Amino acid sequence: MPDRSKTLYEKIWDAHVIEQVTDGPSVLYIDRHLIHEVTSPQAFAGLAQRGVGVRRPDKTSATVDHSLPTTPRNEPIADAQAKNQIETLRQNCAAHRVTLYDVESGQQGIVHVIGPELGLTQPGQTIVCGDSHTSTHGAFGALAFGIGTSEVELVLATQCLLQAPSKTMEIRVEGCLKPGVTAKDIILFIISRIGVGGGTGHVIEYTGSAITGLSMEGRMTVCNMSIEAGARAGLIAPDHTTVEYLRGRPCVPQGEAFDEAAQAWLALKTDDGAVYDRQILLKAEDIEPMVTYGTNPGMALGISQTVPAAMSDGDEDYVAALAYMQLEAGQPIAGTAIDVAFIGSCTNSRIEDLRAAAAIAKGRKVHHRVRGLVVPGSEAIKQQAESEDLHRIFMAAGFEWREPGCSMCIAMNGDMVAPGQACASTSNRNFKGRQGKGSRTFLMSPAMAVAAAIEGALVDVRTLAPAGLDAEGVC
Amino acid sequence: MEAFVQLESTCMPFWRDDIDTDQIIPARFLKGTTRTGYGQNLFYDWRYDEQGQLKPASASVFNDPRYAGAQILVSGHNFGCGSSREHAPWALKDFGFCVVIAVSFADIFYNNALKNSLLPVALPKQVVTGLIEAVQADASCQVVVDLATQQVQLPGGAQHAFDINPFRKQCLLEGVDDVGFVLARLAQIEAWEAARP
Repeated sequence: MPDRSKTLYEKIWDAHVIEQVTDGPSVLYIDRHLIHEVTSPQAFAGLAQRGVGVRRPDKTSATVDHSLPTTPRNEPIADAQAKNQIETLRQNCAAHRVTLYDVESGQQGIVHVIGPELGLTQPGQTIVCGDSHTSTHGAFGALAFGIGTSEVELVLATQCLLQAPSKTMEIRVEGCLKPGVTAKDIILFIISRIGVGGGTGHVIEYTGSAITGLSMEGRMTVCNMSIEAGARAGLIAPDHTTVEYLRGRPCVPQGEAFDEAAQAWLALKTDDGAVYDRQILLKAEDIEPMVTYGTNPGMALGISQTVPAAMSDGDEDYVAALAYMQLEAGQPIAGTAIDVAFIGSCTNSRIEDLRAAAAIAKGRKVHHRVRGLVVPGSEAIKQQAESEDLHRIFMAAGFEWREPGCSMCIAMNGDMVAPGQACASTSNRNFKGRQGKGSRTFLMSPAMAVAAAIEGALVDVRTLAPAGLDAEGVC
Repeated sequence: MEAFVQLESTCMPFWRDDIDTDQIIPARFLKGTTRTGYGQNLFYDWRYDEQGQLKPASASVFNDPRYAGAQILVSGHNFGCGSSREHAPWALKDFGFCVVIAVSFADIFYNNALKNSLLPVALPKQVVTGLIEAVQADASCQVVVDLATQQVQLPGGAQHAFDINPFRKQCLLEGVDDVGFVLARLAQIEAWEAARP
């Protein structure tokens, strides 16, 4: 009997199952394990207790990002706990021969930025990390998902996980995006439609012309926020855009071996006739620049819209969310004042994001009431941006230009939004207190966050007044 | 891992949907390098005001003495969404919870809970709302959660079955963790690696 048609997810899954445990999960082989300072120390301590080493240090890669200050690197780390966490990672990596992309290696950065950048992330792989935004790497057609620290310990010890298979969901976005609409707007639109639990138990494969038309940076933004819809992972089938992004990266095969690998990658796709457990079709034309208004990423709307009323009477969660955000049902979301603008995070800190942000910032000034931060995702991106003089554009506009790290997305490293303040943020979570106790987060694209920084309020980037006469226009 | 067999306890009613792990334990408390000591910061921003003082019982169910000592937390849809931090189940356990009953759970939290003997029990919405009403009316009422029979006995005696993967159930009943199970298969893993194209 011929093999039945399979989805991309099923192909990668089947290729990594070592054993199907009776009445239980599968022993799933992991090709790449990424670790960082916050969720790994307890796992290494667990190994020590068991007297076990790291089984495949060659398949394990580390960096520092979450707790690391984004202030100049020659300044000491003031927070003793953060410093200890970073030192602990350094010791663990040295003791277990794990490659650490440390500060000033030229390769340090947010774990989900440097994996693809170094070519550690490759199509068809299984990739895990003790971080929920591991879904980012699915943009390359890799099965990538976040795990807890006990699972980090398991992968360090065995290079395997015990996993049950997920259901599959296709989200097809067809058509052309309107000018000014980005990958961030696509994913916020999707989550606003299916909800923050809409993807639970599923791996989402994104298809359709609006997805395949995206750059790798855009695809990473989409897959990154799959977890915000509750999905286990996001996937996009590899194509020539994927291959060209990876060509020449330090950790991919080189020369003829690359071309051979690329042939295999291009064959990785969902078969005609394969069946997904669930399918959703969306039209790219329906998407406008999006912003969130509530306290989860599903509470998002187009910038031209008004804050909706609760769907049902007595919805305490909804009432509490609007009260926390200091919004009222019926008010236009545009015009909402902000205090901080943050351009960064594993969602939107790549070179294309910085170019889009700089294009809006050029020749304009950050509103006098607003603090603006630009935090590149990696040392390599920072260097690239500086070679393009983007940092001069940001600084001339009044933005702070900082060192790479997770920064104000998770507010662990001293970069925080003050209680009650509102932040236009390119990150991924608008949970209560996520950017600091009492912080109010509005998620949006880099261009929209810069526009908000300039206006001092949420605004449709497409309606921004022309920049000063010295500006050379947007690219 | 500690075994979980059966629990009889009072309940903490926390009727909210989409409780994310940033609520369970805010990121600023994740700078430790151990698995212990997170309970004091559990639901910190729900329990403490801007000045770091405990909120009154009227403003936070966690500070309501009627529910002190409850080992079962009861909540709504999509409990534990967001960040994969295992500090969330560590904090819940450290605070004293052994079971979370909810309408549904986020995937990563559910997995992390099972690895820490924190039993996640998903029950239909009407059952959970009924339980919430019962414990709001009488905080002293007891619920029995029995893993072997996969049954929850609610106040008043009604029984409700819950689902759990048979392998995970056995691991919890016996207090066995994944690492030993997979380490026992090292030869098989090595053979698989060697045979890989």
